[in-house]
Amino acid sequence: MSQIGRREFATLLAGSAAALAAGGAEPASAAAPLKVGFVYLGPVGDFGWTYQHDVGRKQAVAHYGGKIVTTFVENVPESPSCQAVFEDLAAKGNQLIFGTSFGYMNYMVRVAKRYPHVMFEHCTGYKRAANLATYNIRFYQGRYVQGVIAGSLSKTGVAGYVASVPVPEVVQGMDAFLLGMRSVNPKAQLKFVMIDSWYDPGKEGDAAKALIDQGCDIITQHTDSPAPLQTAASHGIKAFGEATDMIKFAPKDQLTAIVNNWGGYYIQRIGLALAGKWHSTDTWGGVHSGMLEMAPFRNMPASTEALAVKTVAAIGAHRNRIFVGPLTNQQGKVFVPAGEVMSDAALSGLQTLVDGVEGHLG
Amino acid sequence: MMLRLEPRGERAALWVYGAPALALVCTVLITGAIFAILGAPPVKAIETFLLSPLDTLAGVASVLVRSAPLILIGIGLALCYRASVWNIGADGQFTVGAITGGGIALNFPHAPFALLYPAVLVAGIAGGMAYAAIVALLKLRFNASEILTSLMLTYIAQLLLVWLVTGPWRDPHGFGFPQSAMFPDAATTPDVFPGTGIHLGCLLAPLLALLVWLLMTRSTLGFQLRVLGAAPRAARYGGFSQARLTWIALLVSGGLSGLAGIIEVTGPIGQLTTSITPGYGFTAVIVAFLGRLHPVGVIFAGLLLALSYRGGDAAQISLGMPNAVTGIFQGILLFCLLGADVLILYRVRLRRRARLAPVAATERAS
Repeated sequence: MSQIGRREFATLLAGSAAALAAGGAEPASAAAPLKVGFVYLGPVGDFGWTYQHDVGRKQAVAHYGGKIVTTFVENVPESPSCQAVFEDLAAKGNQLIFGTSFGYMNYMVRVAKRYPHVMFEHCTGYKRAANLATYNIRFYQGRYVQGVIAGSLSKTGVAGYVASVPVPEVVQGMDAFLLGMRSVNPKAQLKFVMIDSWYDPGKEGDAAKALIDQGCDIITQHTDSPAPLQTAASHGIKAFGEATDMIKFAPKDQLTAIVNNWGGYYIQRIGLALAGKWHSTDTWGGVHSGMLEMAPFRNMPASTEALAVKTVAAIGAHRNRIFVGPLTNQQGKVFVPAGEVMSDAALSGLQTLVDGVEGHLG
Repeated sequence: MMLRLEPRGERAALWVYGAPALALVCTVLITGAIFAILGAPPVKAIETFLLSPLDTLAGVASVLVRSAPLILIGIGLALCYRASVWNIGADGQFTVGAITGGGIALNFPHAPFALLYPAVLVAGIAGGMAYAAIVALLKLRFNASEILTSLMLTYIAQLLLVWLVTGPWRDPHGFGFPQSAMFPDAATTPDVFPGTGIHLGCLLAPLLALLVWLLMTRSTLGFQLRVLGAAPRAARYGGFSQARLTWIALLVSGGLSGLAGIIEVTGPIGQLTTSITPGYGFTAVIVAFLGRLHPVGVIFAGLLLALSYRGGDAAQISLGMPNAVTGIFQGILLFCLLGADVLILYRVRLRRRARLAPVAATERAS
């Protein structure tokens, strides 16, 4: 075991400067660092989802220095081949492994069974085991803030949402956005285009253009590339960034962006693993835990910015729970009665669009 | 001195088999040089890339599992291309096979294995055949290019799959995620060696390759298919029905793609999701050509491509190399193979150059 570790360490030293930073002087005499693996869906240079996870990994490396050695594997498809990647990482002595895409779920369940002493963490999944934890962010909180901004800026009262696939997270996002808009403008409406993909710059841009042609004068997106933001900007329309601050792609038109902040979570979980206190948990973080941040508010009047800041504070302090009744569905039926707050269980399976969202799921 | 290519006037038997070997050697040398430029010790890197995935049983298993769909599709495509029928839509036939077979599996969850599993496989094969039959019909009836129709049908198949798993076949207990329920045990492709993940498809793929090889070399039908591809006029004078041969090529290829699809979803995946193929049907085109359109060659080509994917993962995990090395390796391999193919029809001659002005020489060289 130690020999394998040493040999690998030697190649790492030769191969990459990052290993130098993590290693220190004499590998054989140092205490064995915790090996942590990360499996990414996209390339680390996607400027979105995967990029932000890698930012989190680097924060953990900076925080723990020589106590951990991290390895990441990028461009891992949500197919049977990902199972082999998780198995490889476990076989190579990684004790804590993060999988950062929903489609890894069943494969991670299988590998976790085969390696009961390795700790696994799955982002956005819902299957857990004694050594398989899950974690996610309440992205809908950020969508609500976006909705508030859109409600106060939109002249037509109609916003456009470039949607990916009709999973609960996206439905939550559309509903929350509309609820945010209506908190400012009770007649506001939301149109969406479902592109059936998380990352497809061509389709994303086309969808944004179609929405603009239908009269939407604010665009938001639930897909990973900056294409919708860029398309909106080229039409002189304000829009929001996704997953990371995309201000450099539209310096005059990005209002804000939901920034996925995984670093704090990774530091916390790695810390627990180092202390031998890691347990399988289900984490759904948000504004309150710092896992969700809004990029600086730009390109909007001071009054709108003040409103946005106030909204973020209210959500962070749990004063605004967003999915609070009465909530009416598209058919005009109340599905959350007045005074009730939708439970997390109901939210995690949400397939109901609220009144004011135009269009149907799948 | 200068190099010249002279037509041989016939195919050189030595280089038909020697070219792929030479291409592989060149690929390893060039890839090694690239590794060195990237700062990794080349020998160690090549070993990590090509050999380390085979260190463990789990590694061997994952290469075999990954190669199974590539080989199954590849042998069908090799047969098609031999007959000059250009089926580019294997990915769609794969998807439809997964849908038709998967539909049976989802609708009869309580049937016994002995009944359900064969029915699921047959439905998968039939689905792939039926989807390829559309291509045959459009080609023979309306003279539509099979390259275009088969390719476009691939996108339709994918959309059909997305519609099914986000709509009528969505798992009612799946929190709304776009996927079907897991298939019942009675519709799960069994492991050949229990617990290893090496499933029935890994065994079927080489067996079917041998079967198709026998068909191509020992039967009149195989002869007719080869003549149709090599000399269509001769085939016509020989009285072979081009329509019948086109039907057979597309149905066999579609059936094999459908089989690959249903084995993939009932085996390694275990359910229908929106993404059941990372482009196996297209990678299999490379596999078919890399394997010289020969069923046995396809086995080796399929294994090599599967290995290169796993090698890319290993290079990332052990050496911290970028994922792009997989694509670079595959690209260089194809490039070298096409380059080495020149040796089959041409011989290289070293010639003392006649007295020529330097300008003229440059022109010649270019």
